[in-house]
Amino acid sequence: MNRLAIPKTYKLYIGGKFPRSESGRVYEVLSHKGEFLANAAKGSRKDARDAVVAARSALGGWAGATAYNRGQVLYRIAELLEGRRAQFIDEIMSSEGVNAAVASAQVDEAIDRWVWYAGWADKYVQVAGNANPVSGPFFNLSVPEPTGVVAIIAPQGTESLLGLVSAIAPALVAGNTVVVVANETAPLSAISLGEVLATSDVPGGVVNIVTGSPAEIAPWLASHADVNALDLVGAGDLDWVELQISAADTLKRVLPPETGTDAAAPALSRILAFTELKTVWHTKAIL
Amino acid sequence: MTSSPLATYQPDQRAASLIGGEATDANLRRYLHGIPGIDAVGLEARAADLGTRSIKTSSKRWAIDTIIGLIDLTTLEGADTPGKVRSLVAKALVPDPGDPGCPRVAAVCVYGDMVGTAVTALGSAHAAGGTEGAGVQRVHVAAVATAFPSGRASLAIKLADVRDSVAAGADEIDMVIDRGAFLAGRFGQVYDEIVAVKDACRRADGSVAHLKVILETGELNTYDNVRRASWLAILAGGDFIKTSTGKVAPAATLPVTLSMLEVVRDWHRLTGVRIGVKPAGGIRTSKDAIKYLVTVAETVGEEWLVPHLFRFGASSLLNDVLLQRQKMTTGHYSGPDYVTID
Amino acid sequence: MKFLDYAPAPESQALLGLKTDYGLFINGDFTAGRGTPFQTINPATEQQIAMIATANEADVDAAVSAARHAYDGVWSRLSGSDRGKYLFRIARLVQERARELAVAETLDNGKPIKETRDVDIPLVAAWFFYYAGWADKLDHAGVGPNPASLGVAAQVIPWNFPLMMLAWKIAPALAAGNTVVLKPAETTSLTALLFSEILQQADLPAGVVNIITGDGSTGQTLVNHPGVNKVAFTGSTSVGRAIARSVAGTDKKLSLELGGKGANIVFDDAPIDQAVEGIVRGIFFNQGHVCCAGSRLLVQESIHDDVIDRLKRRMQTLRLGDPLDKNTDIGAINSAEQLVRIRELSELGQQEGAERWSADCVIPENGFWFAPTIFTNVSTSHRIARDEIFGPVLSVLTFRTPAEAIAKANNTPYGLSAGIWSDKGSRILAFADKLRAGVIWANTFNQFDPSSPFGGYKESGYGREGGRHGLAAYLKPAVRTGSRSAAAVVQQSPATKKSASAKKAAK
Repeated sequence: MNRLAIPKTYKLYIGGKFPRSESGRVYEVLSHKGEFLANAAKGSRKDARDAVVAARSALGGWAGATAYNRGQVLYRIAELLEGRRAQFIDEIMSSEGVNAAVASAQVDEAIDRWVWYAGWADKYVQVAGNANPVSGPFFNLSVPEPTGVVAIIAPQGTESLLGLVSAIAPALVAGNTVVVVANETAPLSAISLGEVLATSDVPGGVVNIVTGSPAEIAPWLASHADVNALDLVGAGDLDWVELQISAADTLKRVLPPETGTDAAAPALSRILAFTELKTVWHTKAIL
Repeated sequence: MTSSPLATYQPDQRAASLIGGEATDANLRRYLHGIPGIDAVGLEARAADLGTRSIKTSSKRWAIDTIIGLIDLTTLEGADTPGKVRSLVAKALVPDPGDPGCPRVAAVCVYGDMVGTAVTALGSAHAAGGTEGAGVQRVHVAAVATAFPSGRASLAIKLADVRDSVAAGADEIDMVIDRGAFLAGRFGQVYDEIVAVKDACRRADGSVAHLKVILETGELNTYDNVRRASWLAILAGGDFIKTSTGKVAPAATLPVTLSMLEVVRDWHRLTGVRIGVKPAGGIRTSKDAIKYLVTVAETVGEEWLVPHLFRFGASSLLNDVLLQRQKMTTGHYSGPDYVTID
Repeated sequence: MKFLDYAPAPESQALLGLKTDYGLFINGDFTAGRGTPFQTINPATEQQIAMIATANEADVDAAVSAARHAYDGVWSRLSGSDRGKYLFRIARLVQERARELAVAETLDNGKPIKETRDVDIPLVAAWFFYYAGWADKLDHAGVGPNPASLGVAAQVIPWNFPLMMLAWKIAPALAAGNTVVLKPAETTSLTALLFSEILQQADLPAGVVNIITGDGSTGQTLVNHPGVNKVAFTGSTSVGRAIARSVAGTDKKLSLELGGKGANIVFDDAPIDQAVEGIVRGIFFNQGHVCCAGSRLLVQESIHDDVIDRLKRRMQTLRLGDPLDKNTDIGAINSAEQLVRIRELSELGQQEGAERWSADCVIPENGFWFAPTIFTNVSTSHRIARDEIFGPVLSVLTFRTPAEAIAKANNTPYGLSAGIWSDKGSRILAFADKLRAGVIWANTFNQFDPSSPFGGYKESGYGREGGRHGLAAYLKPAVRTGSRSAAAVVQQSPATKKSASAKKAAK
């Protein structure tokens, strides 16, 4: 017997809540065959602004959490994603037009990526930090710390969930908070991921997901003075050089676009790209 | 600063007003531990920086003569004899027989039983009771006392030791603090002993021998201890704070002396009273001594570079300074056979 | 006489053998520049020291192609240990000629001889020694096995530590296997040119290091040259911003070490005399021409008056004057232009209502001078609390609680350095965590060491100089993911194939 399904309203994910775009705009998300799937919120510059505010206010708590705690929270995302595999597989199949095997491989890979990055949370400092043997009576230690608020243009290619996870997970490891502009044509798994994040232990505002037009939103993020870093991994089709120039106004750290199946491949370098090395000197004396 | 009412107080009144009560262990601990600490790295770096000053030509000439006039020429050996002390006194009066223009040292420093010999040898050149007129620096006799160098004797013995020396004509008493009591936290005991010794410095005529308080910084070990002991000694009425007996290594160092000068500077800011400082032991070359002059001048001011506010406790320093002086006078380097051995 | 008026103790200039004209150092030889030569002067006397060549576009091009040629033909083929041996040679030659370099630096820059002699030049030698040993150990640089050099590095350095900045740039670049075109600051080219002579003595292969002189436009031409693979700049945030814009979209890897407005935080439990020394070292070292200067003093309100009183007494013992005198603490301001900026901002500070106090100094008749100055009653909104003055001018602010201290310290677009003075270890470590700055000095200030990474947060730039991280700034991973479309900020890339990698790395 056929039950009439209840479709989901896809909204933004900002500050741990799911608001509609303040602009009231939506855009049609279509399947690969061109069928209507949903109306996604078409985020505006003001939504991006709100997302940055949310990310900034969440930064202290997230960056200040213990590394062990951040690792557990990231692992918790994998657990919850695992529990909702079916939903993500469905969304990927319909929006990306791939079969169940391909879709489930993507979801599996996304889950494994959370696990991989979760494990780095309490290790990257050891690998990237240093005790420095200075020639004087000083204790001297260098440690990487989170850069701050990272704005990300998510990969716009075919693997919408994996691309998103690959971009945001490494930024979160060190304790950065994130504003991410989702895959424009396949935004559904992004919002569903927001639901996973909202029900895992990720504090509100640590990840903020804006759907809509990267071309429209990215310039506002690139020029926003309260954004510390800009990951242009999915900005290859935008005028990304202009974005990079704009980001130079406040000396943001910028990662350039990547394309192809290797885009945002898991790497320690992606974690370290959004860290700042801090060196602390302290005098040493027994007298 | 001199307008501070503390300047007019007697030492015991001043101490009571500063520490807020009787000089008990607890009150003294509260006061001494409220004094800002010292970061050893920064202190040593500052001392090293002061040591890089380059003192040349006319400044060096002035420094050399000033150093001679600030020396407590010292002999503190078990083997000391009247002959040795007379020889020391002769050297104190005429450091360089080849140059009558050479200034005298500030004092000779001897054990208590040698005070009489030293006073006699000095004769009319002795500070107290001497007859030499103005324009000539008369030489003081300083006696180490209070069971020097360890200080391990009863208070009665220590005070008797002081009284003997004062009675024999000592102008200055170099006492040692009880480091054991200090390190055990019995600050009141250290304080009381200094007060008692100061009292024992009083002569029949009511005048008082100057009291130098030896902290023995090598045994106090830390700069924070040196700083606290300096405050303690000054609170108790010491006229001078002195680093060392010369019998314990390390003796005087530039950073230790700097830390003591900082106390003296702060005491002057607080009370308007000037306290003297005497680094003793380990200063053997004029180059080292000049570093101390620089440190004094840049920390408390060059008005401290006078015998009643700064001394060098030394024996071999004098000859190195004399060699330098001869070099500056003649323009060529001198040698050890051109200065007398004591 | 006053003893404290120490008799003059000038360092001899006799060991200097300066030329009257200096050309560009390109491909191992000095060559005339095609731009208009300019004079370099002694800022303490305003007398000309020498004429310096200007590199025009063709010269920049020649220098870059010499570096490229040397990279392709010699340097990138040399073993790491041989590269290291050249660097060790350079370090030794710097030590041998240390006094000469110190005197030349003091003449050209105006900084006191005791600083060039005891800080700048010893650190130059130390920097080459440190990176020399890295040259054959690049596998351990943190970039993965067999890391690759970048190619030709364009380096533009400031005038505040001329030869030291040169060493910070050239030593890691060469150790990593790059070749170099370096442009010193317009007012301080001299020691870079003496250093070129040292390179000749070291028999460094021609073209591995090229020194081109000129003004800002020469530097601009250099960083924009399409033939360079790496740009390293130390200088003002405004120029750094312009460089970041100009390399946008290119493959050039970029390091920027820019301005600062460092907070020096003094708590009521601080070792007070050392804190006062640290304040002095923080802002009056090198006339305050220090990007990481502690130019904002944040002092706990309860000890403000005592600290200021002690500071003023200490400042009265600072000796301003002939930089070649061994007893000079405060030398000349590097240029007339910089002096104007310091004066303007100081006058602005007075207009804004802050209270100005300067140490009594006799200001010499000729040359550029500015007496050590502090401003009290400064508010966070004052320009002198926000703008980098780059001179011997301290802005004093107060705080009441640790939370307020952190908030005020971090309330700046800059993030290069900070200092904290306290006897409480737990507070120091917590502050070190919370201060948003690349270098934190606890109970000390303005310490530098080749093994210790240095660089900023936020608008103080990015990339590190010094230590392993300073080396990594001149390296890239051996295997680059082919899909990366531009110079990736990649320090380690364990994976190219995503599926396999996560599992493999997870093992």
